[in-house]
Amino acid sequence: MATESNLAHDDTPNAGRRDFLYVATTAVGIVGVGAVVWPLINQMNPDASVLALSSTEFDLSGVEEGASVTIKWRGSPVFVRHRTQKEIDEARAVPMSDLKDPQTDEARVVAGHEQWLIMVALCTHLGCIPVGESGEYDGWFCPCHGSQYDTSGRIRKGPAPTNLIVPPYKFLSDTVVQIG
Amino acid sequence: MSAHESKYTPANPVLRWVEDRLPILGFAKSTLVDYPTPKNLNYWWTFGAILAFMLGVQIVTGIVLAMHYTPEASLAFDSVEAIKRDVVGGRIIQAVHSTGASMFFFAVYIHIFRGLYFGSYKAPREILWILGVIIFLLMMATAFFGYVLPWGQMSFWAAAVITNIFAAIPIIGDPILQLLRGGFAVDNPTLNRFFSLHYLLPFIIAAVVFLHIWALHVPGNNNPIGVEVKSERDTVPFHPYYTMKDFFAVVVFCIPFAWFAFFAPDILGHPDNYIQANPLVTPPHIVPEWYFLPFYAILRAIDFNFILDSKLLGVIAFGGSILILFFLPWLDTAKVRSGTFRPAFKWFYWLFAVNFLLLMWYGAQTPDMKVVGPFTVADVSKLSVAYYFLYFIVILPLLSRFEKPRPLPNSISEPVLGKPAQATT
Amino acid sequence: MIKITTIFAAALIGLGLAAPVTAQEAGHTEAAKQHWSFAGIFGTYDQNQLQRGFQVFREVCASCHSARLLAFRNLAEEGGPAFSEGQVKELAAQYEVSDVTVAGGKRKALPADHWPSPFATELDARDANGGAFPPDMSVLAKARSIEDGFPGWVFNYFTTYAEGGPDYIHALLNAYSEEVPAGVTNSDGTPFTLPEGKYFNAVFPSNSIGMPPPLSDGQIEYAAAADGTTVPLTVEQYSKDVSAFLMWVAEPHLDNTKSAGFKVLAFLLLFAALMYLVKQRLWRKVH
Repeated sequence: MATESNLAHDDTPNAGRRDFLYVATTAVGIVGVGAVVWPLINQMNPDASVLALSSTEFDLSGVEEGASVTIKWRGSPVFVRHRTQKEIDEARAVPMSDLKDPQTDEARVVAGHEQWLIMVALCTHLGCIPVGESGEYDGWFCPCHGSQYDTSGRIRKGPAPTNLIVPPYKFLSDTVVQIG
Repeated sequence: MSAHESKYTPANPVLRWVEDRLPILGFAKSTLVDYPTPKNLNYWWTFGAILAFMLGVQIVTGIVLAMHYTPEASLAFDSVEAIKRDVVGGRIIQAVHSTGASMFFFAVYIHIFRGLYFGSYKAPREILWILGVIIFLLMMATAFFGYVLPWGQMSFWAAAVITNIFAAIPIIGDPILQLLRGGFAVDNPTLNRFFSLHYLLPFIIAAVVFLHIWALHVPGNNNPIGVEVKSERDTVPFHPYYTMKDFFAVVVFCIPFAWFAFFAPDILGHPDNYIQANPLVTPPHIVPEWYFLPFYAILRAIDFNFILDSKLLGVIAFGGSILILFFLPWLDTAKVRSGTFRPAFKWFYWLFAVNFLLLMWYGAQTPDMKVVGPFTVADVSKLSVAYYFLYFIVILPLLSRFEKPRPLPNSISEPVLGKPAQATT
Repeated sequence: MIKITTIFAAALIGLGLAAPVTAQEAGHTEAAKQHWSFAGIFGTYDQNQLQRGFQVFREVCASCHSARLLAFRNLAEEGGPAFSEGQVKELAAQYEVSDVTVAGGKRKALPADHWPSPFATELDARDANGGAFPPDMSVLAKARSIEDGFPGWVFNYFTTYAEGGPDYIHALLNAYSEEVPAGVTNSDGTPFTLPEGKYFNAVFPSNSIGMPPPLSDGQIEYAAAADGTTVPLTVEQYSKDVSAFLMWVAEPHLDNTKSAGFKVLAFLLLFAALMYLVKQRLWRKVH
């Protein structure tokens, strides 16, 4: 389409006078261009089938104490860790003042299911997957840029700005959890 | 595109700095703003701008669709459906692209027939015309490749039938067929390469369009009276006169376009293309898209052997019907350009146009359908094919020698015999 | 302006030449056009009808036909049957879908899942249906049509007739007869005989169809409509409802597309008028 700015260039004898017709046509033209451009950009957003896959159910009964599994939720990995009592105690003993992103362990798990730690498995720095049961804090260590997380998945050291993200989830029963 | 003559000096120092190094603004100004255009062009001339607009629409919507499409035989059909069902605004974008192909061809036929009537192919515009025929051929190829992508029954069998045309070539036909298909039959490799080519060709079309416009700007536009521009009085600057007129025409063109895209997106298509491709079942009636029908009718009309066998002969007629357009500037040697001043030509021209529509209609019918008395589509379409070729090979050359044209106006601005030369709006 | 009108009139006629024409055989009935709520540029789906049609589909068609592009979540979408999210969740949970990531490979369906197919493969479907393959119903309503001779198809471009599919499906469901009617012939003029295991249908192209008459009067007890609408429990009604539903399955965004179309057309008409005035003003002094 021709550009609207063309309309401003007018060589009638009245050039320079603000002409209602040209202003109105330009305005309508701009609305038209906007109405065409927006859908062409908006189509890149997640489509209906992607949005519909927002929740995943997972059966916890197969995960032994001290083990963890990685499952997929919304296309990203999610850690499901069955923590030992030692890990829970360690996480709860940390004073808030030691934390870069202060948050209690209780706030990161569901009461009554403290052994289950469920987190999006992406380092909050630049999105690599941290390695479990490693690092100085017995938690996770990100091999990309050296961020270290404790047994509650909280950031303790390195460039990552925040704790590992806990996705929305709920227990459908003692052994089945629905993420999302 | 006579950029070299431009002495454009922008007032803004930054633009001046750019212009000194790359005179792109002066180029744009001389081609799109100052370009002297005959002032008597009628609305048939707006179809050039409409075509440029349609090429843009198809490229933009096509790029968007390619973001969601999967060129794999088992997934292609469902991915097109997923575009329509799940992608945000996908139903409309897909409909604009598929009905856009029809609108594009509709506009190109008007553009071609305008050129045929007003003698726009005559010297010094032969190369302009030839580039146009090349664009038309590229458009046909692109449309064909695109039609295969949804991988419905019509897509699949169109691919099978059209690639089979190459098998008519003696000796090397079969190897060429396998080369084109990437297999012994149309299958996933065919779909993959057609997708690649469908994405590539529009950009080649855009490049040839650039040459087409370049070749237009050297001699300047032809015009409805066919008398060359004689003085500045005969012209107006392209901008704002023709930019705004073309813009208006484009907006009007969008009205039927939107009508089809929003209210009847499938009415120009075939229901069988909503059945996923099945190499084991041929649909009962194979019909190409409407814009290929005249040429399909020509291909099919040759059902007899004459020295060569009918299949090869049909393919030659099919190819020849388009290739003959390349030679048109040298077949019609009449000095007068515009059909307006050629009393006999007019009759043959309109008969040619009607004949073309008849061929289109024949292309959509089954060959054994009765048309007049005992004569079937297969019979009468032979007459139409004959006239199609006679028009170029016999009628135009003879008219050039024997026709007595009406007196021409002296120039675009000067009326002839007291009548105004041509309405300008 | 007159010229422009002429151009488009000529164009529409030109485009119309593409419509195919069909031959007629003795004993064969052409499908009759029906009135549909979604016909024409102003037409929209009737939510109650789609809900009823869904019930027919679910209780009758779906036992043999797949609809692999239909997702449970679609049933809650606006412009469709528009069941509530809760209803759809509950409905989905009554079905099982395959999922290789869970133990046993099967789990309850979620709204995001697609309608489970009654047969795993085409071969299974043929085995269970006497060699006939019940076609997938996802876009069936657009894969079928009735054909208009001249000049019908010219008018179709102006009436935006796109209901050939539902017209055909409705007609087919009402075209069964137990006995082959007298005087029916094949396309070559020989007397028609019904093959073993087939049923006579006057609308189906070959007249012999593998699908037994699927509907009978009173067969389905419709769930009560939210607004209390009641309809007769007849084959005619069932077939209309299920045809409308299949049209929605094939074209779920029809209502949306049309309402967008009105806005676009209104815009274009306004813009065209303004551009015409702009062009006229510019050209006024050129003569």
